[in-house]
Amino acid sequence: MALLEVRGLSKDFGGLRAIDHLDFHVEEGEIVSVIGPNGAGKTTLFNLITGLFQPDEGEIIFDGHNLVGLRPDQITRLGVARTFQTVRLFFNMTILENVMVGLHGRTRSGILDTILSLPRQREEEEFIRQQAIEALSFFGKRLVGFRLNQPAFVLSYANRRRLEIARAMATGAKLLLLDEPTAGMNPRETLELTELIGRLRDEKGYTIVLIEHDMRVVKGVSDRVVVLDYGRKIAEGDYEEVAHNERVLEAYLGRKAVRSA
Amino acid sequence: MAEIAPVPEKAPVIEDVRLKAPEVSLERAAKLGGVAGIVAVFVSANGMVQAFAERDIISGVLSMGYTLLFLVPLIMAYLAAREPPVLEGFEAPEKGPRNVLAGLIVGALTGLIMAIFVLVASAVDMRRVFINISPQLLELLTFGQGMGGLVFLVGGCLLTGAVGGLMQLAEGRWRRALWGALAWTLLIGLLEVIVAQLFRGLGLGFLSPLFYAGTGGLTPLGTAVVFVLAFLYYWSVVPKVDMWQRRYAHMPAERQRSVRLSLTVAAVLLVAILPQVLGPFVSEVLDLVGIFLLMGLGLNIVVGFAGLLDLGYVAFFAVGAYTTAILTSPASPRWSPEMSFWAALPFVILAAALAGIIVGTPVLRMRGDYLAIVTLGFGEIARLLLLSDWLRPVFGGAQGILKIPTLSIGPIVFRTPVDMFYPIVGFCLVAAYISWKLKNSRIGRAWMAMREDEQVAEAMGVDIVEIKLKAFIVGAVIASFGGALFATKIGSVFPHSFSLLVSITVLVLIIVGGLGNIPGVVVGTLALVGLPELLREFQEYRLLAYGVLLILMMLYRPEGLLPSKQWVRELHEEELMQDAWLKMEEDRRRAQAQAAQGDLPARPEEA
Amino acid sequence: MQRALPQQISDRFNFAAGVIWALRVIVAAIVVWGAVSTLTSGFYSASQWRDLFIFGLAQGGVYALIALGYTMVYGILGFINFAHGEVFMSGMMIGYFVADYLNEAGMWNGNPVLALLIVLVVSMLTSTGVAVLVERIAYRPLRESPRIVPLITSIGASFFIQYAFRGLFGAGVKSYPRMEALQGAITVLGVRILKVHVLVIVAVFIMMGLLYWFVEKTRMGKAIRAVAEDKEIAALMGVDIDRAIVMTFAIGGMMAGAAGLLYALVFNQVFFFSGFLPGIKAFTAAVLGGIGNIVGAMLGGIVLGIVESVGPILILSGLGIPAPHQLKDVVAFTVLVLVLIFRPKGLLGERLAEERD
Ligand SMILES: Nc1ncnc2c1ncn2[C@@H]1O[C@H](COP(=O)(O)OP(=O)(O)OP(=O)(O)O)[C@@H](O)[C@H]1O
Ligand SMILES: [Mg+2]
Repeated sequence: MALLEVRGLSKDFGGLRAIDHLDFHVEEGEIVSVIGPNGAGKTTLFNLITGLFQPDEGEIIFDGHNLVGLRPDQITRLGVARTFQTVRLFFNMTILENVMVGLHGRTRSGILDTILSLPRQREEEEFIRQQAIEALSFFGKRLVGFRLNQPAFVLSYANRRRLEIARAMATGAKLLLLDEPTAGMNPRETLELTELIGRLRDEKGYTIVLIEHDMRVVKGVSDRVVVLDYGRKIAEGDYEEVAHNERVLEAYLGRKAVRSA
Repeated sequence: MAEIAPVPEKAPVIEDVRLKAPEVSLERAAKLGGVAGIVAVFVSANGMVQAFAERDIISGVLSMGYTLLFLVPLIMAYLAAREPPVLEGFEAPEKGPRNVLAGLIVGALTGLIMAIFVLVASAVDMRRVFINISPQLLELLTFGQGMGGLVFLVGGCLLTGAVGGLMQLAEGRWRRALWGALAWTLLIGLLEVIVAQLFRGLGLGFLSPLFYAGTGGLTPLGTAVVFVLAFLYYWSVVPKVDMWQRRYAHMPAERQRSVRLSLTVAAVLLVAILPQVLGPFVSEVLDLVGIFLLMGLGLNIVVGFAGLLDLGYVAFFAVGAYTTAILTSPASPRWSPEMSFWAALPFVILAAALAGIIVGTPVLRMRGDYLAIVTLGFGEIARLLLLSDWLRPVFGGAQGILKIPTLSIGPIVFRTPVDMFYPIVGFCLVAAYISWKLKNSRIGRAWMAMREDEQVAEAMGVDIVEIKLKAFIVGAVIASFGGALFATKIGSVFPHSFSLLVSITVLVLIIVGGLGNIPGVVVGTLALVGLPELLREFQEYRLLAYGVLLILMMLYRPEGLLPSKQWVRELHEEELMQDAWLKMEEDRRRAQAQAAQGDLPARPEEA
Repeated sequence: MQRALPQQISDRFNFAAGVIWALRVIVAAIVVWGAVSTLTSGFYSASQWRDLFIFGLAQGGVYALIALGYTMVYGILGFINFAHGEVFMSGMMIGYFVADYLNEAGMWNGNPVLALLIVLVVSMLTSTGVAVLVERIAYRPLRESPRIVPLITSIGASFFIQYAFRGLFGAGVKSYPRMEALQGAITVLGVRILKVHVLVIVAVFIMMGLLYWFVEKTRMGKAIRAVAEDKEIAALMGVDIDRAIVMTFAIGGMMAGAAGLLYALVFNQVFFFSGFLPGIKAFTAAVLGGIGNIVGAMLGGIVLGIVESVGPILILSGLGIPAPHQLKDVVAFTVLVLVLIFRPKGLLGERLAEERD
């Protein structure tokens, strides 16, 4: 059974159909890239899966649960975590705290435990800390050490993106949804992140869906590519197949022609 | 964004062309002078000057009324004479006559506007509309000299304006010491009750007549002594604090611990003897300050940590007070289990938590600022229900509930205000501990995350409703402690003690004290609850002052007087982000320029 | 196939929704039970109900005029202008002094129409002035701040205005002079209505009509709507944002000033705290109609006025609660809470600049 299965998904924004009867699935352990021209509905798809928007039609089955109607935090607890296209960190919290928030759904201690400082709560705090540092260590030395206690806004753009991924990892998700993780990075950083995405799957066992505009990244990591246009799936397959698909070229070129007109 | 060419290595340095930063603007001074004039007229016309004139600060020389009046041009002149901030790369203008001139302009305008006000007011009787523009006020403003007194009025304004301007000429350390000395002299002059009591409590009663004239206000000798002492304090002690802190930071952990320990012991001793020395009257005020402080700590969790603006906080205070009253008082109208305070406490907590859930659940999914008005509504509903005939059989209506027993622990009975101080401080400590503990926990982080970006917090697995509800419940329980203490302290509860003004006062406390910051809340409470309780004249104008404070705080220091870093960052986020962005851009440009030169390796990733 | 949700998630699932449902059921039951038992008791006659209704209509019209200020400011700046109740009070208070003077001069009863017009103009000007001043001093510098900041400022402004008025004009309650021409009742379509109520209802509808025309038809009105829709785009299209915002406050102030005089004609009395309750109720009305929605505010005000007038007796007396009139304000606040629970977007829906990710 597929880890994530989307069936007949639709979403309207007053008149504008952002997602149109979309069928789409992701197998456990796969890396799937979602591509498409600007405004194709890629981010909207992520917003629907993570419960930020409610779909008008269709269902989203993750790991045997229907996600439609669940709140975003419930969906995250079931094992779907994401990053945002416009980096959305808790900029005034420290780097460590940002990731620690990711562990909220996996931990239990409540107000009384905290006030009474029960051993269980102290252990849990320690656990949260360790897990957070572990997630951050995945990116080498950049985000640990003295950085841990700096506020997130001091970070460079690339590091902000990395921190967002670390935060998503900390939720203990099985499925990571990465929305343009390399946007705004320089070529070297992009290359490095491409590698990291592969390692995320191979070493940490995550299943990954990523939205990407950089075709080198798409080519580098994806097992499968899904192409959206006007909210519909217009092609699917491995990179080579998709890259030579007529409709895909048309969608990209056609749009460009329109835009430059 | 336009590409800026990288700066060549040996850019020709053009000397002597350093731009001068703008000088003090006289136009701005004129504007501020106008504002000062309007403020001076306002404090005269709304009765403050006259009401404050009853009390002397320096006996027979300076009343609080005149102090208030002349502080207006003094402060405004000081502000007007201050140079605009000097940007980097600009040359700061030299201080000089221009600063004083700006101050004089403010003084002159204030004097002029006041003089016009006095002339108009004595020509036209406006008392039917402006009830406080009385002949007594005019006499006060003309120093009892008839219209000739206007010379003194205008002269005084000019003088204080000039002094304000001159203050800007003083070098930083002098300036701080002068303002500090001035502030303390005023404060000590006002707080005769406390200071005289303090002397008596310390067995130094003979000092009182030296300092205070007995008819209110300091003696000239007292004034001089206080001024000099305060000046010396700011001159020699305050600059050292920084150094001490640095030295402390460099101490080995062992020594740090012993320093901390001795400071704690000193603080505990101080708190322990404080009410004994200050006596019942001042202790009464301290108790009230403590109860407000307790509520401030609670509301701080709701507003400061979780970012939920609760304007009905008094409802939880009322729940605590009434639950205690019903459970402990033999005079409770419906049923009176006559429990002890401590036996009732768990039920108080329970009731408050329940109230938190009832208020919180329906509104927490709504847009943030609706919360403010709905909680306000709940606060009023609570008071109206307590007051109503309908629920009179339970809550006693307007007559309230009497005969609430005094607090006791075993054989120790907390009968007097001096005694009550200790349990109140105890509860405050508990609340502070709870705040501190929660702040650095899973829950606290979730609150902060939610305050920054609710949607993202939710996407990271934080159940927003649950976490908001928790903030509400903790806040409610802490407020109910305040209510319970209030009930046993006063010995009775009446609906009128639970008005909107309590909610507003607590809100003002935490905002002025600095959201999210505990020492700030303590200072805020002492100043804003303590002072008006001690001085009746302040009581009258307390809410006016609160209103002004809220506006000024939000306009000029939204982060509060003693801010926690969290809020400073949040509110100045944009500037900081810009800084960070500029730095990033610059780094990148440099890296590109280097890479373009080919022979240099690209700039390594930041560590 | 589909699996059940894990325990820890399904447990919490919709706890809040459950509470809200329970509340809905309880409220509906109380309302129905109370109303039915009051009506079947036959204690109140049809004409009494009619009087309550008409009183509610007049009172609600006043709320509607105040609510317009809240809703327009919320629509354009996105925060609750807490001080709007005081804007209303200020017009009413200064209006009193003018009315008092006119009464002294014999004009109040000598030429009531002109006297009312003069007081109306003064009251509107005062409220407009206060509203614009507050915007200029307290809100404009804060336009880019997080929303909680101007909200707190407006609470400060509200208290400042109240206590400034108290200091300047005294704490006592002031009674508008009695206007003979407005005493007694007339019969309209076979229904006896107090003359004051007729005047208030007619005036309210005229004001609302004027406002509607202004917002829909004039250039400035269109500019205001454009700014409320999207500030940046409006600026690009050449709308002067500052001017549009000042106009919004000014119009809100004018409506509140008119409401001030009408309120004073019905209730006669004014003191520095008079703006507080009507202010909160008008805000309730704005939410009830759908915040940001001008027609909604008009409707919301009228509905709230009627509910407040008829509700306590209709529902509470049926439940055997003594002295229901004491709980009049509780009813208004309860309506606010209930609206937010049942229909947070209001009767006619919100009109706000859309928030985008
Ligand atoms: N909250 C919203 N309200 C209204 N319309 C929206 C909203 N979010 C997205 N849309 C519209 O839906 C369409 C799809 O948007 P989406 O953000 O999913 O595109 P995308 O594929 O992620 O594009 P990009 O590559 O630029 O990120 C766009 O036309 C967009 O304007
Ligand atoms: Mg997108």
